[in-house]
Amino acid sequence: MIYQNKKIEKELTIKSTTDNLALVREFTKKAAEECGFSEETAGKIVLAVDEACTNIIKHAYKYSPDGKIIISVKFDKDKLAISIVDEGLHFNPNNVPEPNIVEYYKQKKIGGLGIFLMKKLMDEVKYSTTSGNKNEVTLVKYLTE
Amino acid sequence: MADFNVNLRDVGSVSVIDVNGYLDAHTAPELENVFNKLLDQKNFKVVVNFSDLKYISSAGLGVFMAYVETMRENNGDIKFSNLKDNVYNIFDLLGFPILYEFYKDEQEAIQKFNEMSKS
Repeated sequence: MIYQNKKIEKELTIKSTTDNLALVREFTKKAAEECGFSEETAGKIVLAVDEACTNIIKHAYKYSPDGKIIISVKFDKDKLAISIVDEGLHFNPNNVPEPNIVEYYKQKKIGGLGIFLMKKLMDEVKYSTTSGNKNEVTLVKYLTE
Repeated sequence: MADFNVNLRDVGSVSVIDVNGYLDAHTAPELENVFNKLLDQKNFKVVVNFSDLKYISSAGLGVFMAYVETMRENNGDIKFSNLKDNVYNIFDLLGFPILYEFYKDEQEAIQKFNEMSKS
């Protein structure tokens, strides 16, 4: 494999506004393609990172525009780990039930889809609290193609 | 800076929404505005043409979930047409094909409405 010994580290810091999502997607797409992921897989990674940032803007910062979101990309050999850190309200993803589309339809409930998508699109999704009491979500994808 | 456009046109008694570009949490309110306009006008038969949509996130999917029941309660529906594979795959991951009709072509979706009103 051409990319066997490749190491990449990149970071992007944004304010917590939805107009920055396009910037996040562009940054993530470039990083994923640089790691050697196909366009299709890069697209999945981009969507997962968009969903993570959207959740932070909505739930951790409650749409307050002055919050900070730091997106750090690390690629080593075949593992891409994207860490997304915020200083907003804590969030326990275990409290969010897995969505069932039929139930959703009946209840007119429209939240929780983002977390479900992130799990479907990535190989690993981990939530933690970092030093300084910040929230961190780590999205992992392995390069297998 | 997200690149998104939405356009509304009438084809007979059916309202066709063309979505173009990137539909995310930033641009989803523009689509909501169009649906609110349709409700005001009591137009409940809707086809969304995705031929120029490059990207959709759950915020965009949520818009369709928020409005579909109202459309159906009023003898209408939201039907989808002309989806690119990458966009359809996201709908599919979330199980949308159980509850929504997808068509390759806008005309097929419009035809389906027309058949419904004849019977």
